[in-house]
Amino acid sequence: MSDVVVARSLDEARGALAEHPDATVLAGGTDLMVEINRGLRRPSHVVGVAQVPELRDWSIADDQVIVGGGVTYTEMMTTPLADAAPALAQAARTVGSPPIRNAGTLGGNLGTASPAGDTLPVLAALNAQIVVVGPDGERRMALDEFVVGVKRTSLRPGELIVRAEMDRPTGRQEFLKIGPRNAMVISMAGLALVADHDARAVRCALGAVAAGIPRARDAEAWVSERIDWDNGAGVDDSVADEFGQRVAAASSPIDDHRSTAAYRRHAIAVLATRALKRAFAQGDPSDA
Amino acid sequence: MTSEAANTAAGGSTATGTGADTIVDVGTRGVGADVGRPDGVPKVQGRFAFSSDLWADDFLWGHTLRSPHASALIRGVDIGPAVAMAGVYAVLLADDVPGCPTYGLEHGDQPALADGQVRYVGEPVALVAADHPDIARRAAEAIVVDYEVTEPLTDAEAAPTAAPIHPDGNVFREITIRHGDLDVTGEVTVEGVYEVGMQDQAFMGPESGMALPDEDGSVELFVSTQWLHVDREQIAACLGIDEEKVRLTLAGVGGAFGAREDLSLQVHLCLLALHTGKPVKMVYSRDESFLGHVHRHPAKMWYRHHADRTGRLVKVEARIVLDGGAYASTSSAVIANASCFAAGPYKVPAAHITGLAARTNNPPCGAMRGFGAVQTCFGHESQMDKLAAALNMDPVELRLLNAIGPGDRLVTGQLITGTFPTAEVIRQCAYAPEAEIPLSDDRRDLPGGSGRTTDAADTVRGTGFAVGFKNLMFSEGYDDYSSAACRVSDGVATITCACAEVGQGFVTLAQQIARTELGVDEVILAPAQTATIGSAGSSSASRQTWMSGGAVQAACREVRAQILADVAAEWGVSPDGLVLRDGLVVSLDGQQEALLAQVTAGAGYEADVEYHHAPTEALDENGQGNAHVSFACAAHRATVDVDPDLGLVRVRDITTAQDVGRILNPTQAVGQIEGGIAQGLGLALMEEIVLDDGLVRNASFTDYVIPTTLDMPDVTIAAFVEEPEPGAPYGAKGIGEPPTISSSAAIAAAVRAATGQDLPRIPIRPADIALG
Repeated sequence: MSDVVVARSLDEARGALAEHPDATVLAGGTDLMVEINRGLRRPSHVVGVAQVPELRDWSIADDQVIVGGGVTYTEMMTTPLADAAPALAQAARTVGSPPIRNAGTLGGNLGTASPAGDTLPVLAALNAQIVVVGPDGERRMALDEFVVGVKRTSLRPGELIVRAEMDRPTGRQEFLKIGPRNAMVISMAGLALVADHDARAVRCALGAVAAGIPRARDAEAWVSERIDWDNGAGVDDSVADEFGQRVAAASSPIDDHRSTAAYRRHAIAVLATRALKRAFAQGDPSDA
Repeated sequence: MTSEAANTAAGGSTATGTGADTIVDVGTRGVGADVGRPDGVPKVQGRFAFSSDLWADDFLWGHTLRSPHASALIRGVDIGPAVAMAGVYAVLLADDVPGCPTYGLEHGDQPALADGQVRYVGEPVALVAADHPDIARRAAEAIVVDYEVTEPLTDAEAAPTAAPIHPDGNVFREITIRHGDLDVTGEVTVEGVYEVGMQDQAFMGPESGMALPDEDGSVELFVSTQWLHVDREQIAACLGIDEEKVRLTLAGVGGAFGAREDLSLQVHLCLLALHTGKPVKMVYSRDESFLGHVHRHPAKMWYRHHADRTGRLVKVEARIVLDGGAYASTSSAVIANASCFAAGPYKVPAAHITGLAARTNNPPCGAMRGFGAVQTCFGHESQMDKLAAALNMDPVELRLLNAIGPGDRLVTGQLITGTFPTAEVIRQCAYAPEAEIPLSDDRRDLPGGSGRTTDAADTVRGTGFAVGFKNLMFSEGYDDYSSAACRVSDGVATITCACAEVGQGFVTLAQQIARTELGVDEVILAPAQTATIGSAGSSSASRQTWMSGGAVQAACREVRAQILADVAAEWGVSPDGLVLRDGLVVSLDGQQEALLAQVTAGAGYEADVEYHHAPTEALDENGQGNAHVSFACAAHRATVDVDPDLGLVRVRDITTAQDVGRILNPTQAVGQIEGGIAQGLGLALMEEIVLDDGLVRNASFTDYVIPTTLDMPDVTIAAFVEEPEPGAPYGAKGIGEPPTISSSAAIAAAVRAATGQDLPRIPIRPADIALG
């Protein structure tokens, strides 16, 4: 049997984690309870953080969106957060079913650190800083410093994910994900792409096609020079196609029971090409 | 044809199906009416007790230790660490099975607990009973099994010549059908090799039940199953006690689709209960459920069709290989069905079809909705489209030209004497107006759905058509019957039948039949039990509406005759001039009436009948014979949008027509058709048990995906083709299986039409299209 502490404030959560630095943090439970029910994990200590109000906070500024670790997928899908971070909303919409989205949280997605975690490519493409607190105070990390392997993070004993602080660029954001059916799927391949008009940069990150959440930095740099930032013209097909190939080169997928490496690499190229075209398409964006 | 159904065994009286001449009362609550399910409201309110909800004082939880290996010898088992755990009451191994060590539906080749050898991943090795489910699970994990892992046999085609992995050998059944002049060849031939993956029934309610021991050495078992009496037979044999000492009651069933035909936890629960002297409950987890029941046979099929230049079929050649997995289950019947129906619902003057069901170290395969006909339908319908292309002919016209019907013969030589309106079903479905389905602006309605992968401009549309058929009821000489009892007292009818309600709606139908036959309103359904009534047979093979419906009808008619005889005698009239209607006994001349409640006050009018269908024959060495009772066909037209670059498919519409004989409950008929199509869609596009050297890679609903509401299209029922079947009660055919048979093939055809690709395998995976 696990010893469970239900924290009602950030201080209580920090205190409980200080006392049991090896404790497992429980938020929505949509990942943890699956593992416990399958007997894959038997944590000796659990700190429940679903009732920590500080983790439920979010805020929107002109150039930044801050989302607390306890914010649910449903909240990410809802205005005004959804308007401020559209790709985050698009990713959240692909997670599970409504009950799962009502329970699961951004902090949980980060803490599980699965390559298939749907919000993670979005956070990477939005230059998110992950803020954690622990016995030694607060630390801030970029996503690629936070996620260090398959279901591995650089969280230290006693540390808790508090929030993610992400850019709010002026351009469009796209999240696209492939699964074996039209909803409620684990990602076979996913991609987030952001057009940052102020920085004159395209940023693109990949899900479910590597041990971590790779940014396609070479492809980003290559395509950012080929965008007509001043006149807002669309992207040439040839540029979009080559961008797709260059993004795919940043993936290192595997064969598993969900798909094949060859398909995943191919799919990333198609998704990248489409996402780029959408991000620079004329007219109103479709967020559907 | 009139019914030849009629003979009887002990205790019951003879019943005969009377068929299309019956006067059907389409009243508001009787046969033909849209009556709601008696268990419908409790189910949607969460008040229905499923088999996982069973409870008793002071009961124990059972758990099963399963093999992690596809093939291994067991060199030793140390149960010491498990026995030593506090809260553990029993740890049982193969030696603790007191009776027959094996069981099976057709061949008893499957150990109740593995003895010295395991042959598939998930095979039960040991049982634990403990006072808490977690303790039972941990105790099972604490058992130390010394395995010597051996190379698994996982290729069904190689199995017949490989070293035997079971004393009974590696071949469950080989069947050859030789029909007509095998030397003929067609002016046009088309050839193809097709594959079907391993589908799971994916019912929602996992295996569960509770066994309660009695002091006299008997045991009572509450369990979700498809056939109580055949469970009892197998359980009693393994326990080594008389069948009367094993009493089964049907517990609430959360879906079946064939997966509950074989035993799962039945013997285990009874062993633990008798050993501990306490009630024992088991509920499989979802992951365990995937290992704990049989699946649909994966198939490899080679076909060559011969036709003349007008498109008339001349000959069909086929070779069908089914992977039966480690134990026999119903493989021998499934391969017979696959072979008998391999040519489809067409007039085929010559056929040479060979079928093989082989033993491997893959998970055991057995019954699933469609039962062999699903696999070969994908084969023959793929071939018909290929033939149409070779002939430059419309695929629907080709099918109409060759459609089988009454007076024609199957490739087994059997003359079709009942209804079999293949051409009408094809016409009604194929020529139904096509709904305008605009490409949506909302990406969630396009391929890829909520993943936002696809815009309308990325898609191509295709339409495909398929028709399929199968037998109703058991075949090949099996004396199939159902038993039912009816009692009328104080104007209320009580029906007793052991028919397993697995969701198909028999409980509704039994009430409708009693109302129609007896003119009563209130109909009580007694629990389905082995102790109170004889066997109802299996809730499978689309048979219960006919068989148990027939038994209930016959029992009610016998009671009606008793009542009318008594009243007629009292009134001094002929019983022929009396009817039961609206709770009254009424004379047709309108002169006399009496309340049925008064006529039957305190009385015990009752009848107990056994209903048999017309006998069938075994197949001879050439696969010829009148092996089947009746047939039903259905057609499907699928419209799909495909994103060829990503290989994603969105089914937009399924239009269907089905040969139903007669509709007895319209809403339930629609439910069967929509549900069956969903299962067919799953097989076409996503549902597959993924195996790696016998290891199941996706034993969960996370990775074994079934269609969601976003995947299911609108279903348009173009027509119920109602041609009452002679010999069937009320003329009704079973309707549960045909929706699953040809829907997969129609969807595959639509994807081919959209992409121009061959796509010889279902489920069609994204990579098959995108990289194909």
